[in-house]
Amino acid sequence: MEPLTYRSLRALRDAVCSGEVSAREITRAHLDRIAEVEPAISALLAVTTDGALAQADAVDAARSRGEELGPLAGVPIALKDVISTRGVATTCGSRILAGWKPPYDATVTARLREAGAVMLGKANCDEFAMGSSTENSAYGPTRNPWNLDRVPGGSSGGSAAAVAAGEVAGSLGSDTGGSIRQPAALCGIVGLKPTYGRVSRFGLVAYASSLDQIGPMARSVEDAALLLEAICGVDLLDATSVDAPPFSAEAVKRGDIRGLRVGVPREFMGDGIDGAVAAAVRAAVEALCSMGATAEECSLPTARHSLATYYILAPAEASSNLARYDGVRFGLRSEGGSGHAGMTEASREAGFGAETKQRILVGTYALSAGYYDAYYLRAQKVRTLIRRDFDAAFERFDVLVTPTSPTVAFGIGEKSDDPLAMKLADVCTLPANMAGIPGVSIPCGMDQGLPIGLQIMGRSFDEENVLRAAYAYEQATRWHTHRPEVAR
Amino acid sequence: MPLMLDDVRRVAALARLELTDDEAAAQLRRINELMERFESLRELDVEGIEPTAHSAPIHNVLREDAARPSLARDEVLAGAPDAREGCFAVPLILEAS
Repeated sequence: MEPLTYRSLRALRDAVCSGEVSAREITRAHLDRIAEVEPAISALLAVTTDGALAQADAVDAARSRGEELGPLAGVPIALKDVISTRGVATTCGSRILAGWKPPYDATVTARLREAGAVMLGKANCDEFAMGSSTENSAYGPTRNPWNLDRVPGGSSGGSAAAVAAGEVAGSLGSDTGGSIRQPAALCGIVGLKPTYGRVSRFGLVAYASSLDQIGPMARSVEDAALLLEAICGVDLLDATSVDAPPFSAEAVKRGDIRGLRVGVPREFMGDGIDGAVAAAVRAAVEALCSMGATAEECSLPTARHSLATYYILAPAEASSNLARYDGVRFGLRSEGGSGHAGMTEASREAGFGAETKQRILVGTYALSAGYYDAYYLRAQKVRTLIRRDFDAAFERFDVLVTPTSPTVAFGIGEKSDDPLAMKLADVCTLPANMAGIPGVSIPCGMDQGLPIGLQIMGRSFDEENVLRAAYAYEQATRWHTHRPEVAR
Repeated sequence: MPLMLDDVRRVAALARLELTDDEAAAQLRRINELMERFESLRELDVEGIEPTAHSAPIHNVLREDAARPSLARDEVLAGAPDAREGCFAVPLILEAS
């Protein structure tokens, strides 16, 4: 029998429905795989063995009663630890939430359960999703399954590594400036940031609320599409979720890409982009053209200001969102300090890591009296200009193609003393968050034994064309079938 | 204009962050490094440009004003560092002078 780990989401679901294997057997096989590789990669902060077996048994019981099974029946998944799971610790990679068990599920958690998915664990991430390497986690770094001395990217590095190493068939991450797409690229998997508003953020622990979006990570475009289909849709519990036309995973596989107009923004193919990465992206554009798409160079002149805009707006929102960690309602309370204010200051001092403190400080400064207009308001206006660049480009093109990350995975510790260099890892992904548009990263090459990611961006709520282009490319190439040899 | 150590101290107090001296010095260096990047935004002419607060095509969301169950109080309080008699317990807010 073909091993159960590394099977596709759809294949696993079909095997459960046909009775070839039980959901319990699939769960057991993946728990065994976790036990085998987790000591090397540390992708998961918690493995929920009992809960997973109970969920699997519920799926098997439903089948034996002859009930129709959900679209993800028996599929093993992991959730980034910023996604709330009722009764299961949700730490956000932070000391300040060590051991905190939410009293409710995020909407995506509930939707995956309803679809029959089996949650095997919570995935490591940079503290409060702030970072690009998963080294900012208070619980230690995750290692890249392709090379244990390299980072998996971040902030959803645990979600990416778990999928790449075969611990789970799919996972959810969150993307505020690239945190799904960049780790997907560095781990050689598929990662989609949906349009802002496509997926409910209820129960996603907030970092920068106007940019955060939950999305799927998987080993193929079809699997990512199936996960998106299960979690998307308007939600009364998130007033920014949008009642958009439904997304159909099936439609992604229909039709071809003949006549698809592909734009290649020159700002993302030059300075700062590694030569091997740029070459792989150029080859991918040629591959799309050989399938009938047309490609042309274009420009997003304001996009280069995305980094500055992001590092004003995201910290500003974070400084407000993270005010809730005050040692009162949840999480860590430090007994140092005098009175209520002293307790709050001591708790935050003990609970937050350096990068989180930096963003709170920058955000508080940018919002403070006398600086608001110069920083925050100006950045919001530049954000409008960035959106207009994309609007203009999408009048001429259906999708835009760039590298996902300027380089392949860098070394653990290589950039941890240089936070600015770390932030440059996101230059290609930040603009999509500014504009709110969807973007996917798919594998498009290898360099030094490490995966290269191709980013495809599209119009708001046009995940279908984005994923159709990704699917067509994937079907014509073999990059997504490469598997890391995780050290034992 | 780069920030000074006093600025970091002032902002840290606003954000209820107690920083050690070493932390404050390290944060000052990193923040100034990052804020140098912000200067490029001054090149852009933003006269008359509307600010974007978020990108979703949404303005007001209304729903029925219907009652629904809230979270169970004991489950919510279970996550608190200190809870007594159905309430969050905190240190003194006003101290006797």
